Amino acid sequence: MKLLLKGGRVIDPSQNIDTVTDILIEDGKISMIQKNISLPEADSGGDLKIFDLKDKIVTPGLIDMHTHLREPGFEYKETIRTGSEAAVAGGFTSIACMANTDPVNDNRSVTEFILKQARLAAMANVYPIAALSKEQNGKVLTEFGDLKDAGAVAFSDDGNPVTDSGLMRHALEYAYSFDMPVISHCEDTGLSSGGLMNEGFISTQLGLPGIPGIAEDIMVIRDIILAEFTKTRVHIAHVSTAGSVQAVREARSAGINVTAETAPHYFTLTDEALMGFSTNFKMYPPLRGSDDVKAIKEGLRDGTIDTIASDHAPHSSIEKDVEFEYAANGITGLETSLSLCLKLVDDGILTIGQLIEKMSVNPSNILKIPKGSLKTGSDADITVIDMNKIWTVDTDKFCSKGRNCPFNGWELKGKAVMTIVGGDVRYTDFEL
Amino acid sequence: MNLSKKDMLGVMDLPKEEIDLILDTAESFKEISTRTIKKVPTLRGKTVITLFFEASTRTRTSFEIAAKRLGADTINISASTSSVVKGESLIDTARNLESMNPDIIIIRHSAAGAAHILGSMLKQSIINAGDGAHEHPTQALLDMLTIREKKGTIEGLKIAIVGDIAHSRVARSNIYGLTKMGADVAVCGPAMMMPRDIDQMGVSVYYKMEDAIKDADVVMMLRMQLERQEKNLFPSLREYANLFSLNRDNIRLAKDDVIVMHPGPVNRGVEITPEIADGPHSVILEQVTNGVAVRMALLYLLSGGIK
Repeated sequence: MKLLLKGGRVIDPSQNIDTVTDILIEDGKISMIQKNISLPEADSGGDLKIFDLKDKIVTPGLIDMHTHLREPGFEYKETIRTGSEAAVAGGFTSIACMANTDPVNDNRSVTEFILKQARLAAMANVYPIAALSKEQNGKVLTEFGDLKDAGAVAFSDDGNPVTDSGLMRHALEYAYSFDMPVISHCEDTGLSSGGLMNEGFISTQLGLPGIPGIAEDIMVIRDIILAEFTKTRVHIAHVSTAGSVQAVREARSAGINVTAETAPHYFTLTDEALMGFSTNFKMYPPLRGSDDVKAIKEGLRDGTIDTIASDHAPHSSIEKDVEFEYAANGITGLETSLSLCLKLVDDGILTIGQLIEKMSVNPSNILKIPKGSLKTGSDADITVIDMNKIWTVDTDKFCSKGRNCPFNGWELKGKAVMTIVGGDVRYTDFEL
Repeated sequence: MNLSKKDMLGVMDLPKEEIDLILDTAESFKEISTRTIKKVPTLRGKTVITLFFEASTRTRTSFEIAAKRLGADTINISASTSSVVKGESLIDTARNLESMNPDIIIIRHSAAGAAHILGSMLKQSIINAGDGAHEHPTQALLDMLTIREKKGTIEGLKIAIVGDIAHSRVARSNIYGLTKMGADVAVCGPAMMMPRDIDQMGVSVYYKMEDAIKDADVVMMLRMQLERQEKNLFPSLREYANLFSLNRDNIRLAKDDVIVMHPGPVNRGVEITPEIADGPHSVILEQVTNGVAVRMALLYLLSGGIK
């Protein structure tokens, strides 16, 4: 089986490629990148498929390193199959999934189960992130060695902050000895407890208890101090505040090994969206103020923020069609993420090359997975983007089971129109 | 002129002209409650449901009396007797009530925004009788009616609101209303009960009782919710009373004809001393009387009002 992708604008930051060229895929691998590949008649037998990708952008498959696939335990919200279908529909060839399932992914059997379900679904590559502590209770470390052996790529108690600085220290040290990242959900619960939205003028108007931005900043700074002290590295999940961006920027310039991610909603929406109490704008960390949004964009522009991940968190109407205070945190993201990120390119904050770096090259480097490149011989994971396609978000058409999307009805520009995983076309959205 | 919206969810979105309309209408309804036969047929055949998820005596009774004096049929549902204890969601409860074709649903709920859920889902008129720490519009309207009666106008008055501002829906609704009506509003309370950026709501902020009530025309004391102490929001009731109680001494700082208000129920000896609560400046019971009139006005206006 061969695929020939003809005439697209190939952008591969891992090789500094940005040119109109052809790509030949054989046996699931990239076998050739060259202008005007013309195959001898003999090779173009019945099993060669040719795609004309004129005016489209061809990139290393996008990677979303922060998703919640809900399986095992919450299959009514999402399964590994529906989540990975949503991934390829959103242009992602690889996704990493957090451990807050039921049971928690804190042991080999759950990690292996996730990988097995992902193989059966045969959509996106799924990389399990194992819990940092048993049952994510913040007390006892999980078996990092066994979990790595089973296929986990990182450790995180995402959803719960690691409040015990001693435990976090040990996690950083132990994970580093396996060359694995720790992903930190930064939240000082003493400051955030009881809070329902960003603390500021809007929360004051709505009478909702606030979560100050410093609840995040303090823990980001703690983790930076721990990473420096232990000479290890830490990855900060879902950065939402100006203070976090500044802390990461300063740490980076001091040579501390810290990486950071943000999510599209943190540079697209502010807490003003909460007026009206729609639960589809409720997530953790909460939507912040316009100064924070500005700082996130600046952090993306100057490279402080390495990657954009969706924090895809599907819920059912049971958790969302309730009073704001009782509603679960989280929004779906896989099927809207890329288009929201492309707005950064339209707005001149990032070049398309920089965006692809943040959505493919950097997450593969952080997770140390062999992806994020179109080098000859590498897995043929490819995303094809139509920068000009205008479409309207319709949650009823989502592959994800989650309908908890704040962008429903939005008209967006730019979209993944073809997603290839291991040389297999898993998603298309254009006339061939 | 009528109200522009089908629901009364808060004062924030209520234009000044509509506040005037409600207060004028309430004034004209006050007389009904002084008659021997306290009933008019204005809302005959209408069904009004009070759906209270939080305990309440005064507000629920006030709404019920208001509806009955206008001739409406009233049904009272409180959380302890409702399907809520069986785990039914608010939306399901609302849909079931809607199916029985009431005309107006009055809801009180501990969660901010609960009335908005009903407002956006149901075709009936919804009146917010208090949602979490968000709004309590009928309380603010009855407070404004009382101030207007006593002072002739609200515009230009110096009004101090004292207490746990952060957790008070009464404070929020009054701030929205009183600033719209042109009052000079000061808020005062312990620093940890002052919500962030409250000054952006157009009020001045004080942490000393004496500063806040100096030369005030109106002092509005808020009920201290005793359970707040558990959350470390203040050291003790004793300390609170020492610093933020309205008493014989500090009331002298206000204008001679100051009126003292309280939304009730009063914690005597905590936010207000008994001699002030029962004293000549107090209009606390007149607020309660005006509550019925304001609620009658709202029920009337939301039912179609002036034809």
